[in-house]
Amino acid sequence: MNLIYLDNGATTKVDDKVIKKMLPYFNEKFGNASSLHQKGQEARMALEESRRTVANAISAKPSEIIFTSGGSESNNLAIKGVAYEKGRGHIITSKIEHPCVLRTVEELEKKGFEATYIDVDSEGFIDLDQLKNSIRKDTILISVMHANNEIGTIQPIEQIAELCKKHDIIFHTDAVQSFTKIPISVKKLKIDLISFSGHKFHGPKGIGALYIRERIKLKKQMHGGSQERKLRAGTENISGIVGFAEATKIIKNSDIKNMTKLRDKLIDFILNNIDNARLNGSRERRLCNNVNISFDAVEGEAIGGYLDAKGICSSTGSACSSKSLEPSHVLKTIGLTHEEAHGSLRLTLSKYTKEKDIDFVIKVLPDIIKKLRKMSPIK
Amino acid sequence: MMYSEKLMDYFKNPKFAREIKNPSAVAEEGNIKCGDIFKIFLKIKNNKIKDISYLTYGCIAAIAASESFCRIVKGKTIEEAKKVSYEDIKNDLGDVPAIKLHCTHMVIKTFKKAIENYENKN
Repeated sequence: MNLIYLDNGATTKVDDKVIKKMLPYFNEKFGNASSLHQKGQEARMALEESRRTVANAISAKPSEIIFTSGGSESNNLAIKGVAYEKGRGHIITSKIEHPCVLRTVEELEKKGFEATYIDVDSEGFIDLDQLKNSIRKDTILISVMHANNEIGTIQPIEQIAELCKKHDIIFHTDAVQSFTKIPISVKKLKIDLISFSGHKFHGPKGIGALYIRERIKLKKQMHGGSQERKLRAGTENISGIVGFAEATKIIKNSDIKNMTKLRDKLIDFILNNIDNARLNGSRERRLCNNVNISFDAVEGEAIGGYLDAKGICSSTGSACSSKSLEPSHVLKTIGLTHEEAHGSLRLTLSKYTKEKDIDFVIKVLPDIIKKLRKMSPIK
Repeated sequence: MMYSEKLMDYFKNPKFAREIKNPSAVAEEGNIKCGDIFKIFLKIKNNKIKDISYLTYGCIAAIAASESFCRIVKGKTIEEAKKVSYEDIKNDLGDVPAIKLHCTHMVIKTFKKAIENYENKN
């Protein structure tokens, strides 16, 4: 059976070019970048070259990039780093951030920091007025994600950056889902901290990065050696870093266009051909690869189970698929009822998604929904 | 979380997911907030479960548990069927993830309610 992978919001396939770049760093160029001998210097060169590549992708200086183990670590370091450096103060974030941001801010609240969680509208856009009104004299950080991982809504980070600039507040954005899909330039926008994760854009797992604008001070969260500007101890994951850097270069404009076209084809088909289905998130300001639909009277994990039986990998915001049996906080925050959140299906495309893959989904999905609705006591 | 092969087979190939016309008893349990709703239909003749079916709104485990229960109790006497426990469903499915065990309890609860409805009626 041909496998159709439409869960690229969870993770992506590593690009062959990335693997090829990485391989020598396991058994040939295996040195420790802190060693002064030639093997070490070989690794050091790869590390700094990779740093230049990543910096280049967002118009930053190489010295403003540090490598981490992934998106969660980058978000933790950015938020805790600012908070503990300042010692006290107020943090603003949104209600639909990734758990690694929300749990981190909650943890800081326990340590005496104060926090405001901003509402979003029914499409997932942050309430800018509420954001403005929440700013206090002691606000030290605003953290709002670039694009949402579940519903794909792209936040107006330009306006948030302006606001932060005006009030002299540090602005952090979690760009884990958007990086390489939406251009971002730290020259154009006053963003102070940006989190990235390699495996979301065809790089390897276990590697991420954090952009830290010059003169922004963070308190380190990992103690040990003096790697990564003394901000992140631990021997650098050179193969991962090389892979991460390579992955930032390989996505083409035509890939974005293609994903957008296929995304729209899938959304249009579902909305026009399946009754009682609703799009979650914004139609216009939406990640090029994200489709998130709620179907009435059926449960998302069951939809996913039947899609999987047809070789299609998907995900859901249903409570049944979560370990807590709570539906997605994002879907609840945008105002979905429990039933609507349970009936959600997320399909996330990649540059490898072909039109025939989408055609196959279009072919099998209506029958799956029909079958499950027939089996459902909710009519 | 992992589902057993048998559980997935029941989910993919349900034989009892349908309505029974003129049932001897029906019962519904669960609510949309918890994420699952079970409805059981019974056809009883000479104290025996002549036919049984379900409609389930819920996850893979909820559907598979409903299917398993129907397969186990069809043909049994009411007394025998009442003795079927969530563990019997669990064993039939070849284990159920702990977080999904409530689905098996819910099926039993729905069935017991259906039997109660039947006994009150007759």
